[in-house]
Amino acid sequence: MPIDLIERQYRTISSISGPLIFVEKLSGGSLGEMCVVELADGEKRIGQILQLMGTTAIVQVLQGTSGIDSEASRVFPTGQTARIGVSKELFGRVLNGFGEPIDGLPPIVPDEYLDISGLPMNPASREKPDFFVQTGISAIDGLNTLVRGQKLPIFSGAGLPAKELALQIVRQARVSETADFAVILGAMGITSREDFFFRKSLQEAGALERTIAFINQVSDPTIERLFTPRIALTVAEYLAFEHGYHVMVVLTDMTSYCESLREIGSAREEIPGRRSYPGYMYTDLATLYERAGRLKGRKGSVTLMPILTMPDDDITHPIPDLTGYITEGQIVLSRALHRKGIYPPVDVLPCLSRLMGLGIGEGKTRDGHRKISDQLYSAYARGMDVRRLVTIVGEEGLSDLDRKYLEFADAFERKFVGQGEADRSIDETLDLGLELLKSVPEMEAVRRK
Amino acid sequence: MKETRGKIFGVAGPTVMVKGMTGPVMNTVCLVGKQGLLGEIIRIKGELVTLQVYEDTSGISVGEEVISYGIPLSVTLGPGLLTGIFDGIQRPLEKIRAAAGGFITRGIKFEALDIDRKWEFTPLKEKGDYVGPGDILGTVQETERIVHKIMVPPGLSGTITEMKSGEVSGAEYVCMLEKGKFIGLFQEWPVRKPRPFSAKLPPSTPFITGQRVFDTLLPVAEGGTAIVPGGFGTGKTVVEQTIAKFSRSDIVIYVGCGERGNEMSEILSDFPALKDPTSGLPLSLRTVIVVNTSNMPVAAREASIFTGITIAEYFRDMGYSVAMLADSISRWAEALREISSRLEEMPGEEGFPPYLATQLGIFYERSGKVRCLGSDARTGSVTVISAVSPPGGDFSEPVTQASLRFAGSLWALDPDLAYRRHFPAVNWLASFSLYQAELNDWFGENVAEDMVKLRGRLYSLLQRQTELRDIIQIIGVEALQESDRLTLEAANLATEAFLKQSAFSEVDAFNTYEKQYWILKAIFAFMECAEAALKRGVYIETILENPVRGRINRMKDFANEGFQARAEEMMRDIENEFTMLEEK
Ligand SMILES: Nc1ncnc2c1ncn2[C@@H]1O[C@H](COP(=O)(O)OP(=O)(O)OP(=O)(O)O)[C@@H](O)[C@H]1O
Ligand SMILES: [Mg+2]
Repeated sequence: MPIDLIERQYRTISSISGPLIFVEKLSGGSLGEMCVVELADGEKRIGQILQLMGTTAIVQVLQGTSGIDSEASRVFPTGQTARIGVSKELFGRVLNGFGEPIDGLPPIVPDEYLDISGLPMNPASREKPDFFVQTGISAIDGLNTLVRGQKLPIFSGAGLPAKELALQIVRQARVSETADFAVILGAMGITSREDFFFRKSLQEAGALERTIAFINQVSDPTIERLFTPRIALTVAEYLAFEHGYHVMVVLTDMTSYCESLREIGSAREEIPGRRSYPGYMYTDLATLYERAGRLKGRKGSVTLMPILTMPDDDITHPIPDLTGYITEGQIVLSRALHRKGIYPPVDVLPCLSRLMGLGIGEGKTRDGHRKISDQLYSAYARGMDVRRLVTIVGEEGLSDLDRKYLEFADAFERKFVGQGEADRSIDETLDLGLELLKSVPEMEAVRRK
Repeated sequence: MKETRGKIFGVAGPTVMVKGMTGPVMNTVCLVGKQGLLGEIIRIKGELVTLQVYEDTSGISVGEEVISYGIPLSVTLGPGLLTGIFDGIQRPLEKIRAAAGGFITRGIKFEALDIDRKWEFTPLKEKGDYVGPGDILGTVQETERIVHKIMVPPGLSGTITEMKSGEVSGAEYVCMLEKGKFIGLFQEWPVRKPRPFSAKLPPSTPFITGQRVFDTLLPVAEGGTAIVPGGFGTGKTVVEQTIAKFSRSDIVIYVGCGERGNEMSEILSDFPALKDPTSGLPLSLRTVIVVNTSNMPVAAREASIFTGITIAEYFRDMGYSVAMLADSISRWAEALREISSRLEEMPGEEGFPPYLATQLGIFYERSGKVRCLGSDARTGSVTVISAVSPPGGDFSEPVTQASLRFAGSLWALDPDLAYRRHFPAVNWLASFSLYQAELNDWFGENVAEDMVKLRGRLYSLLQRQTELRDIIQIIGVEALQESDRLTLEAANLATEAFLKQSAFSEVDAFNTYEKQYWILKAIFAFMECAEAALKRGVYIETILENPVRGRINRMKDFANEGFQARAEEMMRDIENEFTMLEEK
């Protein structure tokens, strides 16, 4: 992101609090305007105006305030909002969380600069998302189908293989998708080990020439994380709606993003909401997630797969909770399955794809898809009930039918969910589902037509 | 109306502080800054005036000008509303699309209704007639489905001195009263002010949704309020959309308040193709959509439910039964909280402003069945059904609790049912309807004499199911008494065959009361026959293995037409089957 220095400069920092500085006697600043903050030793940092009150501006400093002083440090407003230079040249590049190259290659020559906050998509301009994306994962394709333009997060827990799953999806979706497939990774607060893993996996998948990675590591500035997903999504919208790409955006880890949001909130001494996250977190997350979609009369699409870590595996924690309220479903990972050695450890019952109905059926996946999925759900839910019952009354209290459901649940987890690295076609997935259903007599009535 | 100007002094999120205004008026609108963004005055404190701005405030600078015309935030009411899609402050989104493409650019402005469009006006009054507020001057066939009645606005009356007929546009007048008072096709109304009526009437007829669990077990009356709380993914939006599609109301106002854009694209693409169950005409012809998705400005989200309910009241005033569907009222409350916190007001519970419940009450109380203004004493109704999105699915939070105080029906959604794909995921024991008693007569007269009794039996059966399930958790199914096992199986059948109803099934998505009644009859017929057989000494296994339960469960797939005949035939079969079952 280029920032052209302009004339105005202020040596009027009055207070410093957390990542915020308060600049006095500022004239003509506008909300959201980017500033350069120059330290006494000449170091330059990036700031953004968050609030204006009279001639006082509250500026958040991306790289933090440590080392800034109120005497010698200077603030230069740039007259510009946060923007990113976009071009197809970005393909194959690795950039930091603020959009600056970190791969040692020369800077790109942008075709245009775009405001990273974007504009809200007009609901009347949206095209209904109904194009099936084959991820090769049975628990997704068969039961929680993904469509182009959907926002479908992965709810993970610390140490669960969400990143592996996301990359497997990207890899496999790429095979079945068209030539116009592109991947954007927006990584916030990831470890260098994870960074290494992502880059290596994308390379192995041969996906690098169609990938753009924005990476903010744990050691990078925390406030920068508020910009990373916006930059990733701005580039995604550009590629999708200007150039017709079907862009899959993976954002990880949204939990780090929300923590940065909380940091700003508390530095501004705002009244906190649940678990001290800001009251406007729902709206803030929505301005990211809602950027997924398709537009009438345009070819491309933005499909969004945010990954988040549920603190304490708690799905009611504000981060997964507010995400689930905005996204079109969720893929939930289970520690219990992970412990059993099942990969991907998808906890099927709380998973959901709200757009599934639009992407399945004859001509898309297969006639009867919904029925198979519903039956698998009921049978598994019943099997899980029986499993709970066994822990109380023991196997003896079970009827024969109950036993069959118990066996079904086991087989379902091992075979259907626990597919390992396999890349299954939708037919393989559905056939396997039907095969498993045969073992529960009541369900036998459903057969492939 | 007087004009006053001031200069921007501060900007924080969706709020802007202004200094230098003379005589600013609370809740009037302003044009803010160089881009002329729309805002509303929400606080006046000495010389500091605070506005909530209905568009994104980034880029606004201190010192820019603000102009107030002293007009409250209003909507335009008139022909052209139906089939329309508007944002929270009634900007027409189709026009914005035509002008700006995929995204909503800032500061874009259009009149809500097309003022130049000509409508064929048929007068019902003539020169010399004396008319008062609410009197119908004439009609316009707004869509193939709906006749739009042009009414004398509240507050106006007099003798007609001129009356037009034939093609008229919104820019012209249709009628002139003495002293040069003009009445046109359009009227403006402030969104925060309830539209007047002659009298509120007690609920007496059900609001028919076509959904078994609601219509039979948890009915809402026409003019009543129902709330639908539930965690994410429990089915609130599907409930709202299903009702928008199938309810027997004349007009549907669908307010997407702080929810998803894709959900709207579904409605927009489906409604023109779907037929409404009463008229067989496309659903879009009776529908107005107000949508302010989660990523659109929060202040406009706050306004959206008032915009929606004002439009609903306007159609009510014509004598229509109107369904006002709000998804979700929690997002409105959060918008209120966000703005309140920018004002640094003293927060109440969970950061919501202390006036949350009052504001909610004002909104819910705009529902109702009324005798409209006008000399013909027509009646109209607004039924409000609003989704509530409690954080973490915990109903003890302020928005759910406050809504409960005003709701006549509670349709509580349960994630456990949703996880096992039991839809609508209504927890029938946690839910309630306060309208049951008031509607009993209607049920007796219009459905069947024993309908109310059947509903009572269903309730007891479901209650018993819960008890029996608890017992099983301790002793296992095998240890249950045979008669109890039978009761449990009958209850499970009722759950499957009656309560569960797929919104996506073509034949089952909408049920007439006839269908609802006969499915219930069949379930209890099975129960009676089975109990008799058991008493007679038939093995319980023999009873349960009999395929008749499966057949009852599949009754859903019979069409509404001719349902009674098919059901009666089936019940005869059930009886025959059971009399033939062999004893031990
Ligand atoms: N009556 C129904 N029949 C069939 N499926 C249903 C029904 N109700 C809900 N579902 C399923 O549940 C999913 C989630 O429903 P919905 O989107 O209405 O949830 P919600 O409560 O509105 O969630 P949120 O608060 O996040 O908006 C739907 O996409 C659909 O798959
Ligand atoms: Mg919803």
